[in-house]
Amino acid sequence: MSHCIASRIRTCVTASFLLSALIATPALANGTLVYCSEGSPEGFQPQFFSTGTTFDAVSVPMFNRLVEFELGTTNIIPALAESWTVAPDGKTYTFKLREGVKFHSNANFRPTRDFDADDVLFSWYRMADDNHPFHKFTAGQTFAYFDDMGMKNIVDKVEKLDDYTVRFSLKRPEAPFLADMAMDFASILSQQYFEAMRAKGTPNAADVYPIGTGPFEFVSYQKDATIRYRAFDQYWKGRAKIDNLIYSITRDATARYAKLETGECQVMAFPKPADLDAMRKDPRLVIQQKEGLNIGYIAFNVEKKPFDNKLVRQALNYATNKAAILKAVYQGNGQVAKNPIPPILWGYNDAVQDYAYDPAKARQLLAQAGYANGFEVDLWYLPVTRPYNPDGKRMAELIQADWEKVGVRAKLVTYEWAEYRKRSKSGEQTVMMFGWSGDNGDPDNFFVPLLGCEAVKGGGNVSRWCNKPFEDLIIKAAQTPRQADRAKLYEAAQVIVKEEAPWITIAHSVRFDALRKEVRGYRMDATAHHYFNNVEIVK
Amino acid sequence: MLGFILRRLALIVPTFIGVTLLAFALIHLIPGDPVENISGERGMDPARRARLLHQFGLDRPLAVQYAGYVGQILHGDLGSSLTTHDSVAHEFATLFPATVELATFALLFAVVVGVPAGVLAAVKRNTFADYAVMGVSLTGYSMPIFWWALLLILFFSVQLGWTPVSGRIAVEYDIPAVTGFMLVDTLRAGDMAAFRSAVSHLILPTIALGTIPLAVIARMTRSAMLEVLREDYVRAARARGLPRWRVIVVHALRNASIPVITVVGLQVGLLLSGAILTETIFSWPGVGNWLIHGVQSRDYPVVQGGILLIAALVISVNLVVDLLYGIANPRIRHA
Repeated sequence: MSHCIASRIRTCVTASFLLSALIATPALANGTLVYCSEGSPEGFQPQFFSTGTTFDAVSVPMFNRLVEFELGTTNIIPALAESWTVAPDGKTYTFKLREGVKFHSNANFRPTRDFDADDVLFSWYRMADDNHPFHKFTAGQTFAYFDDMGMKNIVDKVEKLDDYTVRFSLKRPEAPFLADMAMDFASILSQQYFEAMRAKGTPNAADVYPIGTGPFEFVSYQKDATIRYRAFDQYWKGRAKIDNLIYSITRDATARYAKLETGECQVMAFPKPADLDAMRKDPRLVIQQKEGLNIGYIAFNVEKKPFDNKLVRQALNYATNKAAILKAVYQGNGQVAKNPIPPILWGYNDAVQDYAYDPAKARQLLAQAGYANGFEVDLWYLPVTRPYNPDGKRMAELIQADWEKVGVRAKLVTYEWAEYRKRSKSGEQTVMMFGWSGDNGDPDNFFVPLLGCEAVKGGGNVSRWCNKPFEDLIIKAAQTPRQADRAKLYEAAQVIVKEEAPWITIAHSVRFDALRKEVRGYRMDATAHHYFNNVEIVK
Repeated sequence: MLGFILRRLALIVPTFIGVTLLAFALIHLIPGDPVENISGERGMDPARRARLLHQFGLDRPLAVQYAGYVGQILHGDLGSSLTTHDSVAHEFATLFPATVELATFALLFAVVVGVPAGVLAAVKRNTFADYAVMGVSLTGYSMPIFWWALLLILFFSVQLGWTPVSGRIAVEYDIPAVTGFMLVDTLRAGDMAAFRSAVSHLILPTIALGTIPLAVIARMTRSAMLEVLREDYVRAARARGLPRWRVIVVHALRNASIPVITVVGLQVGLLLSGAILTETIFSWPGVGNWLIHGVQSRDYPVVQGGILLIAALVISVNLVVDLLYGIANPRIRHA
């Protein structure tokens, strides 16, 4: 109304009165939180899928794991397992389960028993055993994340010792195992529900209408529009403070921001970095930020000349001005990376000395390596915005200019995003820009998939760097039970990475969530999920 | 007449083959594949990759895949989405009413505003009104939909607070989808407040999607009217002292409407393609939004099936229009 021009004020008032009469909507119940999410879930089953959007809509609100991450950190805390013990050989994990945990119910199913060991075995073997009656239940579905994490090679068997005790026997000591068990794919399903649906002749219903133990119960889903949940009264950690949780699916980030401004939603996912300044100035909004569990880097393909020569890799490390990149590309929303893992992870080696920006030193090293006149190279840059890199092209241009100063003439090359990844995994690149967002807060989840020798085969190790001393350290770390001992091994591994320089570690970015001021108690999660069970709305 | 209908129907066969081939070729031309899409930055064990490709049937030669795809269609099976694993036909049926609702309103808006605007421009030829209508319609025609849509949101929803930003209905209404048409479903549920909310959510997407057809219709109406207004019978009607409005509406507009109706019919295809952008911006849960996401995730069955169904719809509309012409104008039948 304040925008009406004075002379037209009468028409304007009338018009807006008519319109507001037209769109009059009842005020939302105080206990309803609307979250503008960035996309539709692929389905309502926590084991089949591997995108954050699906986790936010399924495993986060409706399910629990044996162990979980403490909100805001990657510390592992008890959840459906009250406690656990690890045998000295590091190969046997015994979980004591929590008693009195209730499953949700819906129109077709009312649980007659609480959560127990059978549910753990059911949830596990459904993924692990190819002959399990529910393994190939929904046509075309695969247990992608379970397979990706190589769980079949880690866990030998799971046994029920009594109703509230289960034992996982591992094929080899695997210290990151607990962190793996806190991941979304390890959510616990209700065995009773699946069997009831099979008995009713509607087996797929169990994978479509979710029943979990989590803080919210499923109400309804309108495809590509809204997901509705209600607070689960019998939630074992205590009922959520809000009564209803609604996800309003809004793919366009500008529309999400507009909805936040108008109050159509109270929390929005993934604000655009370019909007942050305006959001911060808006008194109705609050911006939260959290250091990302990620790394943006430049990888040299060590199988190709001239990057098979360590001196060249070091030289380009010296030639790259990371501080300038952080300012121009990340707008300061992040920190310069000197290690492959971010400083919020345990095992981070702060004593590692990064290569300072020093073009003279770079030229000297290049000359020493026999490239006094530099060389030409194709630099691949990211075609899309990723959480760890807001603008690949801009970053590439800055690096191109930096390298030009030491005689290295980079030609900027890119491909469509899926093609980019496909080519990089087959090792076509000479030097490329890439990055990673961690799954579970274990340093192993950075070192093994990104720099391990096995990952050269799978293509996740895009520098195709396989270094025996480094490999020995990370394998030993994975098999060492005590975290303090593991941390020492990872610290040593980081020294090798820096010296051998398969990468230029560029930056760890910061993530943001935007919410309205009336939302209280919201805290950002370390693994980039969105939790609403502790949130309340204060008008 | 029967021969004409048969000829028309026979033409559908090559058109359909063309559409399936085009849809198949286009989606396979885009780099990347659904398996790559699953793995993201993570590496994938080559054996597992091969297994997944095999499971999706993507390890076969393209010609074999195409033959399999056509065979499936002939059995009335459009396949299942590679991401949700729901059947393509079911997903389409769930989302299509939303698109129809939006497209219908956009077309109504375009006709209701466009025809009078065109008539006005023709009658007031070379005056300010004419220039204004033509200038505005040219601007409307040239405006990129996504930009125009964002502009509408920022002005009417964010600045003025008159309209909701996006979606089909305010989230507090949980209206069960019976027909899939939100206006019908809210009325059926007897919830007037929900109905008003649904109407308010239609306003901006209708304008965004209807603007280009509106411009086309206004310009077409103007030129058709200008031609008719020069005719002798119009001059004769005027000479007989008939009221001015009667000459314009009854004598001129009625005769000018034939080319206008043709143009309106042609807008159907345009509306469906425009819906893709409009739906994305306004989070409108229709088939356009769905197709875009299918392309992004390389969901081959969704893209192929969706394009095929939309093409079938456009072909049917054109067929009906052709047949109607045939009935209306015997000369066309024999052409």
